[in-house]
Amino acid sequence: MPATIRYISEPHPVTGVTNSKLGIWCFLASEVMLFGGLFSAYILLRTGVPDWPHGASRLNVPLATLNTLILIISSVTMVMSWASLVMKNLGRFRSYMAATVFLGLAFLVVKGFEYGSKFAHHHYPSTDNFYAIYFTLTGLHGLHVLIGILVNLYFLFPGSALWEKDAGQFSGRVEAAGLYWHFVDLVWIFLFPVLYLL
Amino acid sequence: MDHNRSEEIKKHIKIYITVFVLLAVLTILTVTVSYMRLAILPAVIIALAIAMTKGSLVAGFFMHLFSEKKIIFVLLLFTILFFFTLLILPSLRH
Repeated sequence: MPATIRYISEPHPVTGVTNSKLGIWCFLASEVMLFGGLFSAYILLRTGVPDWPHGASRLNVPLATLNTLILIISSVTMVMSWASLVMKNLGRFRSYMAATVFLGLAFLVVKGFEYGSKFAHHHYPSTDNFYAIYFTLTGLHGLHVLIGILVNLYFLFPGSALWEKDAGQFSGRVEAAGLYWHFVDLVWIFLFPVLYLL
Repeated sequence: MDHNRSEEIKKHIKIYITVFVLLAVLTILTVTVSYMRLAILPAVIIALAIAMTKGSLVAGFFMHLFSEKKIIFVLLLFTILFFFTLLILPSLRH
C-alpha cells in the first residue's frame, strides 16, 4: 500500500482545510515577517532623517504604475486559471496560466529597464540609504516574482500531468500557487506607494 | 454537484472582473493623489488607506479570505500582531 499524505484533497477534520492550504498560509505568514522587517527598516531609515527624497524625484512613477497594473491583471489571470480547473477545463487553465507567466515576465522586464537606468546613472544600492532600501525591497520582491514564474511554469508544463491522475490534488496545488502569487501582488500594492509615491 | 460548482464559479468570475476594475481605479487614484504633492501626513494616510483597500480586495476575493475557514483567520490575526510588533519594536529603542 503506497504511503500517501492525508488531507491533501479533502479537508482535515480539525482545521476544516486541507493540509496544503494551511501550509501555504503558514508560509505566507512567514513571508509577511520577512517583508515586514524590511518595511520596518524603511520606516526607521526614513523617519531618522529630515530630508528623505520624494519617491517621484528619484524613481519612474509611470513605469511603476504600469508594473502595478501588470501584476493586478496577472492576479486575475492566475485566479481564472484555478477557476478553469474547477470547471474541469484544462485548455482554459493552460491559457490563463500562460498569460500569468507572460505578465510576470513582463513585470521583470520593466523592472530590468528601471534597474538598468539606475545603474547607467551610477545609482547603486551603495549610493545612499534611499537606493539601498529601494533596491533591497524591490530586489527581494523581484526574486519572489521570479520564483512564482518558475512554479507557474512547472504547473503549466510537466506538473499538469497530475491532472490525469488526481484532478483534485492538481487543483489544490494550483490554488496554493495562486495564493503565493496573490501575496506577491499584495506586497507590491504596498511597495509601490511607499517607495514611489511618498 | 459539478453543475452547481460551475454555476458558483461563474458568479465568482463576475466578482473577479469587478474587483479588477476596482483595483485599476484605485491605482489611478493613488497615483493622481500623489501628483497633488500633499503634506507628508495626509499623503501617507491617504496612500496607506488606498493600499489597504486594494490589499483587502486582493486578499478577500482573489485569495478567498472572505469565505475562508476560521483557522486561517486565527493564523492571520497572530501574523498581524507580530507584524505590528516587528514594525514598532525598533522605534522603542528611544
